[in-house]
Amino acid sequence: MLTPEILFAGLVNGLMAGGIYVLVAVGLTLIYGVLHIINFAHGSLLMLAMYAVFFLWRKPLGLDPYVALPIVTAGAFAFGYLLYRALIGHFSHGKDENILLITLGLSIIIDNAALFFFTGDTQTIDVAYAGRMISLGPALVALPKLVSFVAALVICLLLGLFMTRSDMGKAIRAVAKERQGARLVGIDVERVMAVSYGIGIACVGAAACLLMPTFYVSPTSGHAFVLIAFTIVALGGMGSFKGALLGGLIVGVVESVGGLWLGEQLGQIGIPLVFILILLLRPTGLFGATR
Amino acid sequence: MLEVRGLSKSFGGLAAVDQVSVDVGNNEIVALIGPNGAGKTTLFACIAGFIKPDAGSVRFLGSDVTGLPPHRVCARGIARTFQITQPFARLSVLENVMVGAYHTTRVRREAAVRAEEVARQLGLARQLDMRADALTLAGRKRLELARTLATRPKLLLLDEVMAGLNPIEVEEIVRIVRAIREGGVVILLIEHVMQAVVSLAERVYVLSNGHIIANGSPAAITADPSVIEAYLGHGAAARLKRGSAHA
Amino acid sequence: MTRRGPILGGLGVLALIAYPWVFRSNYAINVGFLILFAAYLGQTWNIAGGFAGQTSFGHVVFFGVGAYVSTILQTAYGVNPWIAWPFSAFAGALVGWLIGVLSYRAGLKGSYFALITLAVAEVGRIVANSVPITKGGLGILVRADYGAANFQFRDPVWFYYVALALCLLAMFIAWRLTRTRFGARLAAIRENEDAAQALGIDSFREKVKCLTLSGGLCGAGGTVYVQKYLYIDPSIAFGVDKSVEMLLVAMIGGAGTVLGPLMGSGVLHVVGELTRDLGNMLPGVSNAQPLSIIVYGAVLIAIVAWLPDGLMGLFLRHSKEARRA
Repeated sequence: MLTPEILFAGLVNGLMAGGIYVLVAVGLTLIYGVLHIINFAHGSLLMLAMYAVFFLWRKPLGLDPYVALPIVTAGAFAFGYLLYRALIGHFSHGKDENILLITLGLSIIIDNAALFFFTGDTQTIDVAYAGRMISLGPALVALPKLVSFVAALVICLLLGLFMTRSDMGKAIRAVAKERQGARLVGIDVERVMAVSYGIGIACVGAAACLLMPTFYVSPTSGHAFVLIAFTIVALGGMGSFKGALLGGLIVGVVESVGGLWLGEQLGQIGIPLVFILILLLRPTGLFGATR
Repeated sequence: MLEVRGLSKSFGGLAAVDQVSVDVGNNEIVALIGPNGAGKTTLFACIAGFIKPDAGSVRFLGSDVTGLPPHRVCARGIARTFQITQPFARLSVLENVMVGAYHTTRVRREAAVRAEEVARQLGLARQLDMRADALTLAGRKRLELARTLATRPKLLLLDEVMAGLNPIEVEEIVRIVRAIREGGVVILLIEHVMQAVVSLAERVYVLSNGHIIANGSPAAITADPSVIEAYLGHGAAARLKRGSAHA
Repeated sequence: MTRRGPILGGLGVLALIAYPWVFRSNYAINVGFLILFAAYLGQTWNIAGGFAGQTSFGHVVFFGVGAYVSTILQTAYGVNPWIAWPFSAFAGALVGWLIGVLSYRAGLKGSYFALITLAVAEVGRIVANSVPITKGGLGILVRADYGAANFQFRDPVWFYYVALALCLLAMFIAWRLTRTRFGARLAAIRENEDAAQALGIDSFREKVKCLTLSGGLCGAGGTVYVQKYLYIDPSIAFGVDKSVEMLLVAMIGGAGTVLGPLMGSGVLHVVGELTRDLGNMLPGVSNAQPLSIIVYGAVLIAIVAWLPDGLMGLFLRHSKEARRA
């Protein structure tokens, strides 16, 4: 039964997972805030990045996922940037339902390409330290989970600093707030939008490195992640960083506690239920602005 | 016919409409003018049911319509046009007007006949099969009028129907509006184009910063110093007077 | 066009009826079934997504609910499938009504509406995967007991005709939408909901009616699927793939048109088969199925980007120009 110890452990593990989800959601909310695009392909791109981590880990490269982090993140940024330039940028000015359909099409392509090339098997990676447990109070947490949690929050912090201190970050925030005005002061809006999309996918790349030590990947992972990401962003408010942070942790906990309470199968229902409730009761989320 | 009393609506602390009272009687054309941002469209939106007022009441033909949703307001006999035309873009002109005509009948044949009739009255006879988004601005204004007329309203709220039209087009619409009034429909219109206000309206309300600052015949309010100041700024009335005294 | 229309339509229907007599192989008849059945489901999507502009990403939930309702009634309660069939339709309609009332009351539209339907379908999948009455992930096998009275036909030609009948029914309903006040109101809501409300349309009520109708028809399709394949499980019943197929079929042909879903289904099927066959010819490829789905994704992007009115839109544009010239 659900003793306080088990509940606490569930809470802690939920927070650990939630921290990584925050990173995924931050990417999604950035893309929405700047480009006003609901990036349906977000989950599929995460899945793809996780496969990249897997293949980098396999012989002959044998890269530890944490070591691979800068590589995968940079690669993900480049991929996102090019994807925006080649495809998404052309359609980002129409009805937002259309761009949703286009990113849906993209996610279908990516998911099935993965299915075709990688087969439907789930893949995991084994790192030497995967089994090491750290005790946090009465809860036992796997070391990689804790490391990933901390790393995710550090990356979010760095991203936050980038957004507030760097020139590009300021340009991005300008475009998010007032696109036309940004254009008028000489900001290359198209480039900023491509960069923003790239950063959004870079977040996903980083998250992939942090997830793989304790998670698995399969071509269907995209679906699960996209709903998680959407729920977080809806909960926190579209375009809100604070919201993504809080939302990510909440969703991580909901997933974990839901699994404990309702069992592994039915427990999954927590996330879509939260998503539905948010949309019905408070579509702007906790911190979002009314659109 | 229409009695608005003490209507107020604020957005985040800014009072867009503040204690506004307006009357429109049978067989009248009443204009609502005022500088940009005065609250005219907000007032319309409150009357037509698109916004719920914070305070005040709207009574139409004796019954309270305050805060009713737009489709119910239409059912009571109040129809509105939009400042930026809102055609059903991919439907034809005829289909557009039929949507309005369907308000009073369920039968397609009847709706089509009525729609064609109204479209003809508004000079759209030759564009019936054209897609609404292919019309010129003037055409779209006529379409908007035709659509609302097809619902057989008793009161028509026209929101800047002359905006963006050249003087000839304005003349045409003025004639059409007059004909609509002759058909027995009462009209309350928001306008910036003074040519139209002066030729159409029997009474004019002037709205500024959410308040009614004047109410009278077109001649009276154009001479009213407070109206001049609302448009041209503080002290403008006196300056104008001095100016004309010199000339 | 108005005189040619009914004649062409009649000929088309005759051709579809005659099809199994011309192409007698089981393979051809099954292809026919697949195309007509997908066209039917696509038409149910079209009613909500095409005519009323309510793009749904989770339409499979109606299909799945319908499928499970009739299957459970059959297998667990011994109800005859023909009798269970209307219950499936009713269940689909009820779910449609519920989603409509809740979503539209909350003012959801566009992308938000699309995503909430996706989430509802996902809830359906998880529930079906977890509760004992659906046998969870194992799915439910219907005992083969061929006979018309049992809504099971050994000869696939009968399912072909069932699919044809449903497809024609759905097309008839769609055609009626183009000629009634209800349909005109849905079109108005689709084009501009505020303007529609200003013209006296209770958009909430009309949208709910529309989704209820769409859900009911889609739910009825669920029963037919199970009767043919004698098996249902959560991923078939509530998987995203079917939602996407319904959407794609309608969009390729032309969302909001009567013939669109049928055309779209035909095209999609041909494209899928071609891709699969070509893919299987590649060295080392054992299952080219995902390749055809990749092509579906590309087609979706292409349609949204370049042909938003679908093939019917292309056809109508040309015929209008021909008429003017």
